[in-house]
Amino acid sequence: MTTISIDHTSRWFGNVVAVNDITMNIGPGVTGLLGPNGAGKSTLINMMGGFLAPSTGSVTLDARPIWRNEEIYKDIGIVPEREAMYDFLTGREFVVANAELHGLDERAAKKALATVDMEYAQDRKISTYSKGMRQRVKMASALVHDPAVLLLDEPFNGMDPRQRMQLMELLRSMGDQGRTVLFSSHILEEVEQLASHIEVIVAGRHAASGDFRKIRRLMTDRPHRYLIRSSDDRALAAALIADPSTAGIEVDLKEGALRIQAVDFGRFTTLLPRVAREHGIRLLTVSPSDESLESVFSYLVAA
Amino acid sequence: MYDPTVARLTYRALLGRRRALILFALPVLLIVIAAAVRGFSGADDQVAVDVLGGFALATMVPIIGVIAGTGAIGPEIDDGSVVYLLSKPVKRPTIISTKLIVAIAVTMAFSAIPTFIAGMILNGNGQQIAVAHTIAALVASITYAAIFLLLGTVTRHAVVFGLVYALVWEALFGSLVAGARTLSVQQWSLAVAQKIGEGDLITSDVGLPTATVLLVIVTVAATWYAGQKLRSLTLAGEE
Repeated sequence: MTTISIDHTSRWFGNVVAVNDITMNIGPGVTGLLGPNGAGKSTLINMMGGFLAPSTGSVTLDARPIWRNEEIYKDIGIVPEREAMYDFLTGREFVVANAELHGLDERAAKKALATVDMEYAQDRKISTYSKGMRQRVKMASALVHDPAVLLLDEPFNGMDPRQRMQLMELLRSMGDQGRTVLFSSHILEEVEQLASHIEVIVAGRHAASGDFRKIRRLMTDRPHRYLIRSSDDRALAAALIADPSTAGIEVDLKEGALRIQAVDFGRFTTLLPRVAREHGIRLLTVSPSDESLESVFSYLVAA
Repeated sequence: MYDPTVARLTYRALLGRRRALILFALPVLLIVIAAAVRGFSGADDQVAVDVLGGFALATMVPIIGVIAGTGAIGPEIDDGSVVYLLSKPVKRPTIISTKLIVAIAVTMAFSAIPTFIAGMILNGNGQQIAVAHTIAALVASITYAAIFLLLGTVTRHAVVFGLVYALVWEALFGSLVAGARTLSVQQWSLAVAQKIGEGDLITSDVGLPTATVLLVIVTVAATWYAGQKLRSLTLAGEE
């Protein structure tokens, strides 16, 4: 069992409190750290990775302190958010250097590069890599010593959908192997697809914790509002209101649009295109009008 | 106390960056000056001491020390890539001592060797002037590398502060204010040169025992403190 324990931990920078009295345990399996930008996710991950001292409280791995303890890195692999790497090296040289720093040899590097599917570009300079390739080489450098704990800060940022799928696959298999995998994200769908367990951070506080279904229910049960423009607003409105997933529709004459309140998010999103097609209506605009993450999170905090 | 992987990464980072061009440019300039002086005025011991003391030791060695010392760690801390070194079971003081050794080696190579060549061109090592200044450059390389490596771990503006120290303090104040000369790596290394050179052309404001003690204390203290700074280096993230 490898468990990261965060115990009544706060961290402030001058007058700004970035992390406010958080207590949580991160155990084996994939855990998603979800929260809007600036919520304190990176601060928390930096404390778990030993790059920031907690102002109060403690951050430990199986009762061993993480701050100022180099030995802990035998058990932790870190994938930082920042782009900078040793760009003047090739991917292979970079991963080999990381292996050597762990006292391992080229074989470990080779294995890690194979795990992330980067053998084909391993002899190119990192400076020529795309964002997704960089991310994968970073992964290889974190996996090279086969760590029990993997910390990833916003690993999906800037990746295209295919790269995203591949990385998710990889992290899922790491979690299935019994490793403790923690990744942060501000995108709900990412976390939902990957993590069996979710910790939500809002404004430095621990807002919710638990199984993704529970959190998803909290998030989807709230009414969703959409602004829709189409080739025939009234016909569309009539067709939509017949379905129980729609709770209310307003025809906004000034805007020339429909304002729709949906109660069953999942059902509504499949209903809308189907209805439009059946009635030969063209959808011109479909935009969620209260989908800002902050509103989702504030809803969560209130729940 | 030495990690070959850290050393390899540091060498490649130091010699691969654009600022490394200065490492090549200054020695070339020194040798060109030496050749020109020799060509115009012939071999002259006083002129040799003026060029080697006034340009090589007073300007070139500290600037190369700044480039190599701050460059061995500063850019990595700046862009955050140092995270890949720090997230390893490697003692932080080992990282610092390795980077110091690399910085010293680079500073020595790019300052002592051209100093020796320039000295030979200027007066063919008459009165041991070339050897004396070469050894002074070697000694100064150690202390400059340690000071500027520390500066690289402490501030993002290490190059600016380093150049201000090298040019304003060592070169300008050193020649105007007597007190500043006591606290000057250049003068400490000159004390060593004075001991080696024959005749009394090379002079230092500091006695050799004082100079030796100060060189050792500053080098050790700067290295120790840099190790401590690295142990508690925090990466605040982008928030």
